[in-house]
Amino acid sequence: MNKIIQTDPDQVEDVGPLYAARKNVYPQSVFGTFRRIKWGLMAFCLGVYYLLPFVRWNRGLGAPDQAVLIDLPNSRFYFFFIELWPQEVYYFTGLLIIAALTLFLMNSVGGRIWCGYLCPQTVWTDLFYAVERLIEGDRRERMRKAASADPLKLGRVSEIVLKHSIWLLIAWWTGGAWVLYFTDAPTLVKELVTFQAPAIAYIWIAILTATTYLLAGFMREQVCVYMCPWPRIQAALTDEWALNVTYRYDRGEKRMSVKKANELRALGLPAGDCVDCYQCVAACPTGIDIRNGPQIDCIQCGLCIDACDNVMKKIGGPTRLIGYDNDINIQRRMAGEPPIYRIVRPRTIIYTALIALVGGIMLYALLTRSLLDINVLHDRNPVAVKLSDGSIRNAYTVRLLNKRGFDRVVTIDVDGPQDAVLHVVGDDSITPDRPMVVLGRDGTTELRVLVTAPSEKNTEKSIPTKFRITDIGLGEVASAIDNFVSP
Amino acid sequence: MAESELDEVSGKTTTGHQWDGIKELNTPLPRWWLITFYASILWAIGYWVVYPAWPLLWSYTRGALNYSTRAAVGVELAILEKIRGDKMIALGAASLADIEKDPALLTLARARGKAAFGDNCAPCHGSGGAGAKGYPNLNDDDWLWGGSLDQIVQTIQFGARSGHTKTHEGAMLAFGKDGILKRDEIGTVANYVRSLSGLPTRQGYDVAAGAKIFAENCTSCHGEAGKGNQELGAPNLTDKIWLYGSDEATLSETITNGRAGVMPAWVGRLDPSTIKALAVYVHTLGGGK
Repeated sequence: MNKIIQTDPDQVEDVGPLYAARKNVYPQSVFGTFRRIKWGLMAFCLGVYYLLPFVRWNRGLGAPDQAVLIDLPNSRFYFFFIELWPQEVYYFTGLLIIAALTLFLMNSVGGRIWCGYLCPQTVWTDLFYAVERLIEGDRRERMRKAASADPLKLGRVSEIVLKHSIWLLIAWWTGGAWVLYFTDAPTLVKELVTFQAPAIAYIWIAILTATTYLLAGFMREQVCVYMCPWPRIQAALTDEWALNVTYRYDRGEKRMSVKKANELRALGLPAGDCVDCYQCVAACPTGIDIRNGPQIDCIQCGLCIDACDNVMKKIGGPTRLIGYDNDINIQRRMAGEPPIYRIVRPRTIIYTALIALVGGIMLYALLTRSLLDINVLHDRNPVAVKLSDGSIRNAYTVRLLNKRGFDRVVTIDVDGPQDAVLHVVGDDSITPDRPMVVLGRDGTTELRVLVTAPSEKNTEKSIPTKFRITDIGLGEVASAIDNFVSP
Repeated sequence: MAESELDEVSGKTTTGHQWDGIKELNTPLPRWWLITFYASILWAIGYWVVYPAWPLLWSYTRGALNYSTRAAVGVELAILEKIRGDKMIALGAASLADIEKDPALLTLARARGKAAFGDNCAPCHGSGGAGAKGYPNLNDDDWLWGGSLDQIVQTIQFGARSGHTKTHEGAMLAFGKDGILKRDEIGTVANYVRSLSGLPTRQGYDVAAGAKIFAENCTSCHGEAGKGNQELGAPNLTDKIWLYGSDEATLSETITNGRAGVMPAWVGRLDPSTIKALAVYVHTLGGGK
């Protein structure tokens, strides 16, 4: 029977405030396996993010030598040996599909690995917490300082100022690294420190400084709990075999002191391993109690595992009272059966196969993509022109793409209407029947091409016509099909 | 029935709402969310004050900044015009022949020419220059007043029968209306003209008589062989292209009433660089000589 809360009889709709005040979280420092993994991954992720723009990659004269560069003014994306044009953004679609499938695979193997170890929100929040802990002290000290009603003293003020200064510095660095991906990094760094950089660079740095400072310094776990869609999707995608950070209630319950447990065990009675020390709660960066079972607020960072293991080592109990496990095994242990782990199961096999498939298709497309291309656009108005001798001429706008880093010469020819003659407007090359065109490096060339053919030999309303270009040096060929239309 | 209770399982209060015994837990919004929400409302009010926002009966609130998207477009267009200005000066300085040899100038001239063509020429010649009855197709290789770059510039500048002192003059006479040729003579010469370009003639017409009439009346402009004369705008009658039509009825109408299509003079209305760009555009449509 639920307890009826006393409410004002005139205001039966009143159910308390419209909002919930945030419960502050003061995570305690932890040491252990998962903490070490998190430090390592943090160093790796931040290292890649901050340093990648400075990695050089030689692409020859006239091309940028930055390994990873998003060149918006020239519409090019450079990634080491890959150079993508705007019309090739579908590679990013493939990349996003692979990223999504990898997320699903990680989820079906080890739960929210992304959330707990790799998500930028987690990594930066973790870094900000480390700074906070270094300056203001560990959990208890921070709680005491926050709850203190004493007037602020100089020492406390300088602590607060120092903390926020370092946070802002990290946030500013984050924004600063971001803009380096969009132009030559060393040049921009020089411009930034001499205040010569374009205004847009400073604006973007300011925006990212603000978001980093707010999200990692203040919003923290609120982002994961309220703003992020992934916990909701993740909950729908998981299955009973996935390993999640789990409190083994088969072993932990009932919770009792070490002394009492020892007494019960001496009598041959069952006793729980959990000593109710709340270390798992103290260590949690989202402020939850993992012993309440899987919950949306849990980012599965593994820090409660370390916290619990440390306590278990001290009291001489077996570790991994909290660990990567699932409910199936808890039930099996309770029934006295050995646990079983099924990392390889249809779900993980399908995800892996899909990743391999999409990755294979992308790799194939990337390796076989043409560095020479031709696009043909038939004139719409007029579609065909009758000439004074009765022959028919169609005009086309032909765009040639040279994706190589050097100039090259191609010949252009046409195959379709009988006795067709091709002419490139403005062409005065020595081979007028097979005009030669110079294509500038890493760019496109637009031509106006006229195809003329006698009407009596081409009586069909529309004749498929193939335009072909051949690189006279490399022998590369590209072609496009259009139509030759009679009036 | 709206009493809030404490839910035993979750430890949360309920909203008091109930559907078939299912009660709704009270999960209030986080405070920061609510603050953001109110801040957004304040932002909107600030926006109304600063920017144009509310429609009034005959006007609208203009906002403290007096911002207008139309004025902003005006500024951008002025900047564009300034950028174009320099390029158009380069175009104006180059000779017509040089423009077609320089790919950058050619692209510029074709782009500018296409835009100017759409604005000024398309009403008569069609948006692609395909023409219509009485309005020449500019894509083909048949030219009334000449298809070289210089001749095209000349025609654009002064037009044809436009009234400008330097305009192209010369018109097809109204042989029938003015009583120079009789009705049956017109039919005869019309069939002869058809035979010049290999079109079939109608039974019962004496082609030899037609040749005689043609020699006496038409050769001064169209030439003895009917090849036309670009000095006078007299079309070539031996090719496959007909401005008004090649059937006997249309030809008879042309000979009876004459033809004098008008093209306006554009000098003074378009600046020299634009006329140059137009000429290059028309010349590179495909029929340029």
